[in-house]
Amino acid sequence: MAKKTHDTPMLDQLEGGPWPSFVTGLKRLAKDNDMMVDLLGQLETSYQTRKGYWKGGTVGVFGYGGGVIPRFTDLKDEAGKPVYPDAAEFHTLRVQPPAGMHYDTKTLRKLCDIWEKHGSGLIAFHGQSGDIMFQGIRTDKVQDAFDELNENGFDLGGAGPALRTSMSCVGAARCEVSCYDEARALREVINNNLDDMHRPALPYKFKFKFSGCGNDCVNSIQRSDFATIGTWRDNMQVNNEYSRAYFKAHGMTDLVNDVVTRCPTKAIQVMKKREVKAGPQHSVAELDDEHCMVIDNKDCVRCVHCINVIRGGLLPGKDRGVTILVGGKGVLKIGASMGTVIVPFMKLETDADYEKLKELARSVLDFFAENALEHERVGETVDRIGLVNFLEALGLPVDPNMISEPRSNPYVRTDGWDEEVAKWIEHKQQQKSAA
Amino acid sequence: MAQHRSPIETGAPDPMPLLHPLLRKNYGKWIYHDHPRPGVLMHRAANGDQVWTVKAGTQRQMDVYTIRTLCDIADTYADGHVRFTTRSNIEYMVADEARVNPLIAALNKAGFPIGGTANSVSMIAHTQGWLHCDIPGTDASGVTKALMDELHQEFINCEMPNRVKLSTSCCEINCGGQADIAVIVQYTKPPKINHDLVANVCERPAVVARCPVAAIRPALVNGKPSLEIDEKKCMCCGACYPPCPPMQINDPDSTKIAIWVGGKNSNARGKPTFHKLVTSGLPNNPPRWPEVAAVVKKILAAYKADARSWERMIDWIERIGWARFFEKTGLPFTKYHIDDWRGARRTLNASNHIRF
Ligand code: HEM
Ligand code: SF4
Ligand code: SF4
Ligand code: SF4
Ligand code: SF4
Repeated sequence: MAKKTHDTPMLDQLEGGPWPSFVTGLKRLAKDNDMMVDLLGQLETSYQTRKGYWKGGTVGVFGYGGGVIPRFTDLKDEAGKPVYPDAAEFHTLRVQPPAGMHYDTKTLRKLCDIWEKHGSGLIAFHGQSGDIMFQGIRTDKVQDAFDELNENGFDLGGAGPALRTSMSCVGAARCEVSCYDEARALREVINNNLDDMHRPALPYKFKFKFSGCGNDCVNSIQRSDFATIGTWRDNMQVNNEYSRAYFKAHGMTDLVNDVVTRCPTKAIQVMKKREVKAGPQHSVAELDDEHCMVIDNKDCVRCVHCINVIRGGLLPGKDRGVTILVGGKGVLKIGASMGTVIVPFMKLETDADYEKLKELARSVLDFFAENALEHERVGETVDRIGLVNFLEALGLPVDPNMISEPRSNPYVRTDGWDEEVAKWIEHKQQQKSAA
Repeated sequence: MAQHRSPIETGAPDPMPLLHPLLRKNYGKWIYHDHPRPGVLMHRAANGDQVWTVKAGTQRQMDVYTIRTLCDIADTYADGHVRFTTRSNIEYMVADEARVNPLIAALNKAGFPIGGTANSVSMIAHTQGWLHCDIPGTDASGVTKALMDELHQEFINCEMPNRVKLSTSCCEINCGGQADIAVIVQYTKPPKINHDLVANVCERPAVVARCPVAAIRPALVNGKPSLEIDEKKCMCCGACYPPCPPMQINDPDSTKIAIWVGGKNSNARGKPTFHKLVTSGLPNNPPRWPEVAAVVKKILAAYKADARSWERMIDWIERIGWARFFEKTGLPFTKYHIDDWRGARRTLNASNHIRF
């Protein structure tokens, strides 16, 4: 039994209604947990006064410089004593989840037991950066909690100016649009750079995210410094059984309104079967005995919309890999910005391919560590120095897939034109011999 | 000093041993999925194997008793394997279709709504707020709980034109992220500086550097080194507050809530888009923020009534135009909607394209 609970008239109003209530959960914990009794007291105060009462500090575990988010109460009485002393320290452990956020119940129960023993019993699955957030622990218990989590195969995530915890989509585990092994890519890249996560020494935070296709389920373009997105180079695959089933269920109107006209590059045409003259760049999906859908794969930008609609009838091609974008970030300080393409296509199948991805990730991190100003995200660095300088530093060739359109002003000095043309010719030849 | 154990730097754990056996067996070999009812997906692999997924909403901030309840359900009614989505929904996988309905019944009985798939309004991506952040203007879990109570029917049904993703953020940093509809704190007054504390707590050059509009300069106040703000320049973003807590940006009354629409992370059809400001000045009104819920529901109702199939919020608005968006939602259009930040002219109409 815990100490007497505080009145929480405002929080109580969040117990009703059909959605699961976190307040009910907090109260359940407060039955035998003094920290939670006082946490409810402080949270209720915030609801009453509309003010927050946490401040940071320094708390960590032996050997690491980050991964614990320290929280000390700022709600003090006139004598400077915490109003809610049992929640005066309420730190969070950020812990990296298994890639793709898969669990078995044995693992989840183990995590619960550990957190019940050392901490408050409150866990968030998951933070927006992807961490399991073990919320609410006293300073003197942090080390023990970490040790036990760590003995059970879990490691702290990132915080501060460091490599951050990463996320990958469900992808290959349960999605037909997946174009590479997202979980493997995440683990190869992140686990190769743990020093930058555990001992924060970068100019600012750095996030990797891994999505298996253009649906970008983990929001990598908008929310990561380094986005790895699955795609393919050859023709889309067709399964006539499923494309016919779609057409049977939906008919011509849906096909036209939902698929053909919604293709961003108008790469799709509906044709009479006998009129189809399919070349090597076309994918032809049967709709019924009379009609076909013809996709010009040279026009297709791999947006995956038609694959989303005609489930199973269209699938990514077989020559798969990833597009890499750099520089996505939130609002501070220049305004939100999306990543931009630095590698239009890179195979990602063999061990050697994954090795290359790891090398590229490491060189971008190195460039960031050496060249970004303090508190500057890599997208801001690219803004400051220009994409071309960034590419040159990394030894990456310029490519028209990196732009929406060429410049529309003449403010550029072009006396190196002939050399740049020579580079372009060489780049084209290399592409040809690699293909 | 006690002997310390060195950490084992294992990093992100391998998910393979934790995957449902059918997911492991067919890793990378899926060819089709179906959506038999809201909250349920069926995936089929190349070899004909089928797996059913049941998706349920959770409160994200979970006590161990809730998590154990979810585990008990997984052990009794499913195959003991679960995963979480980026929006804190839990997914149960079963190899046998006959297990779907009993699993749904057990989850519903324990209070977890089934839904969040396809054209539903999924769970709100949210952040920490008063529960745990050191800079929040409002709560996150509370706003989310209150809104999801209101949107429950839209979570358990799939009646929207396309997916709808929501987020909430309790400061302008927007940890909740881009969304079809985003609910974000908006400050309306410059920070009030507690000059007694600045010298001790803040690294003044770092704070000066943090301001996006160079509104902060070092100053001597009452003989002590402090900072001052050019209130004509300050646009009340709160960026100076995290590195310098005496720059008190939060205020129970002047801290308002804004609503943004049209963010889309997917590349499907159009390229990804950022959400755009559509209304502000809503009161920060715990515990249920009814004014916020009213606007969100108004926007959703207009979208649901008018958008065509497969149009996300932004696709719909691009078709009907912003003028009609404001008309159809009844939201006021003000001078604050017109961007004046860097690159703003790109957002202005440089054509005669006007809908009448
Ligand atoms: C003292 C200041 C800060 C605290 C305490 C803080 C805390 C957090 C927390 C707890 C999360 C996970 C949120 C959740 O899911 O519950 C988060 C995510 C995030 N934070 Fe912060 N944050 C701070 C400052 C910042 C700053 C300065 C930025 C931007 C420059 C920022 C950008 C983000 C973003 C974009 C996310 C979402 C990450 C993602 O989805 O990858 N935060 N932050
Ligand atoms: S990003 Fe693509 S591959 Fe990954 S889960 Fe989403 S739809 Fe599937
Ligand atoms: S995937 Fe290609 S063909 Fe299909 S809608 Fe997108 S651009 Fe068009
Ligand atoms: S949105 Fe702001 S207040 Fe909310 S958790 Fe993120 S940093 Fe904290
Ligand atoms: S609130 Fe923003 S604009 Fe105002 S002084 Fe602080 S950082 Fe500058």
